[in-house]
Amino acid sequence: MNATAESYTTEDGRTIGPVVMEMKNITLRFGGVEAIKDISFDIREGEIRAIIGPNGAGKSSMLNVISGFYVPQEGEVWYKGSRRPSMRPYQVAEQGIARTFQNIALFEGMSVLDNVMTGRLTHMNTGLFAQSFWKGKAEQEEIANREVAEKIIDFLEIQAIRKTPVSRLSYGLKKRVELARALAAEPSILLLDEPMAGMNVEEKEDMSRFILDVNDEFGTTIALIEHDMGVVMDLSDRVVVMDYGKKIGDGTPDDVRNNQDVIDAYLGVAHD
Amino acid sequence: MPEQLAFTIEVFLNGLMAGVLYALVALGFVLIYKASGIFNYAQGVMALFAAMTLVGIQNGQVPFSHLINAILGTDVHHFGWHVHSAIAIVFTVAVMVLLAVCVQRFVFRHLVGQEPIILFMATIGLAYFLEGVADLMWGSEIKSLNVCATEGACLPQGLNMWIDETTYNAFGYGFFIDNLDIVASIVAIILVVGLVMFAQYTKQGRAMRAVADDHQAALSVGVSLNFIWILVWSLAGFVALVAGIMWGAKSGVQFSLSLIALKALPVLMLGGFTSIPGAIVGGLIIGVGEKLFEFLIGAPFLGGATENWFAYMLALLFLVFRPQGLFGEKIIERV
Repeated sequence: MNATAESYTTEDGRTIGPVVMEMKNITLRFGGVEAIKDISFDIREGEIRAIIGPNGAGKSSMLNVISGFYVPQEGEVWYKGSRRPSMRPYQVAEQGIARTFQNIALFEGMSVLDNVMTGRLTHMNTGLFAQSFWKGKAEQEEIANREVAEKIIDFLEIQAIRKTPVSRLSYGLKKRVELARALAAEPSILLLDEPMAGMNVEEKEDMSRFILDVNDEFGTTIALIEHDMGVVMDLSDRVVVMDYGKKIGDGTPDDVRNNQDVIDAYLGVAHD
Repeated sequence: MPEQLAFTIEVFLNGLMAGVLYALVALGFVLIYKASGIFNYAQGVMALFAAMTLVGIQNGQVPFSHLINAILGTDVHHFGWHVHSAIAIVFTVAVMVLLAVCVQRFVFRHLVGQEPIILFMATIGLAYFLEGVADLMWGSEIKSLNVCATEGACLPQGLNMWIDETTYNAFGYGFFIDNLDIVASIVAIILVVGLVMFAQYTKQGRAMRAVADDHQAALSVGVSLNFIWILVWSLAGFVALVAGIMWGAKSGVQFSLSLIALKALPVLMLGGFTSIPGAIVGGLIIGVGEKLFEFLIGAPFLGGATENWFAYMLALLFLVFRPQGLFGEKIIERV
């Protein structure tokens, strides 16, 4: 693998494009606590990029910086070749960055279909008045967006529950619906915050398959956080390893697996 | 059909229509509470403010005329024109939207993430502030409200009981029903159906429901909370205007109008704070309940005037036995 190349082809034949997002020297503080210390890394188009690390390493904070929920005190976020100004989370979403949450944040009162349709909100442009009277352009738009939503529901195999209120679903299915909602936005980067947390082995296998399929089928760039080392190593093209807010490793799963700092962070090391 | 039964039916119908008016006020509360978790004490004052603004614009009154005259030593009160009802309503809606923007911009934007009780206190402040502004802007005298669609086709006035109450014949008996109540019922039905359709099928409605459900998740799908809150306050302002018109036509535009908010409280306790159909059904139950209770039990056995407390009594019973209301979401914490 040549890290400086514009694009390259992986062993399994997928094309990884140029850098789409670059984090430059990000530092995030909460009062006196530095959650993220001077971290830089990039995300390439079409790849599955994992952020791993022990508890409290700052992984979720990193994801929140990317999705605009946290604003870093220092550092720059570069997206599609230009520096991103400070933004509200909804503006980030409008730019094509969708996410899921560690503790599932679905609209519990709505059906699965409605939840997935909210993912299409950034693709609806008709104004308040056109929407109110729901004719012409607004109607066409609704139909087109509904088609996309249905396609994604099919893809993630949740047709059977499309009319079910989300509050009645199992944990594993909720996670999948949340993925569907994020995917419905047809994002250029999909952020997954611990997509497999709290799942059993079977659900984990399903979720892994869906993540790979999404990446393969739609070419979606995915950045994910995960605890389970085994899963991450199988899924991802490149891995960033964080510990105590610092970056201690960055590279292919094999590189990272053999990195002494990473082994120390995960297995613990005797300090003199 | 015996005389007594015919009377009961008439009371029932009148109760239904009074209920519609209660429901209209309750609806404004539900809209804001659902989307932002704010219990808006100022809803009644908003209805008053909307009705006064409408009358003021219709009559070509100069806003803040007392203030202007006091400062500049002039003596202006009227522009000297009359504005057509339809145009006046459009202007009033614009004023209510402007109010929504101001409320969001200057009050609630600074209180994001605060405790519900603090938000509630802010709405109490807002209520008094708005009442003062309404007084300063349009004066405090009682005004009569005339809303006409075209020349001659006016909203019937509830004030002149003898003229506008029409006798409808059915089963060989005459039923006395206020024309205004019929109009109010039709308007309320249209309004509710419209609101439900808006929330269910439009982009903004979907975003509104999303915000009501989960703020974080709504942000992550690209919904601007600020915009939705302004939208919701505008809708509540619009509902307040409709309620203000109906009540204003019934009993004149006066400051006691803001007290109808109190009648909406038992309606909300019955219907649940988070349910639009609940507000309607709750309103109807209270309306019918208090009229029938007065007619069947109150007047003959309790010496009358039960209408004043019946609604609150019923609400109290509901609080004891079904605190989430008829349609409210039951909150179950899993441990």
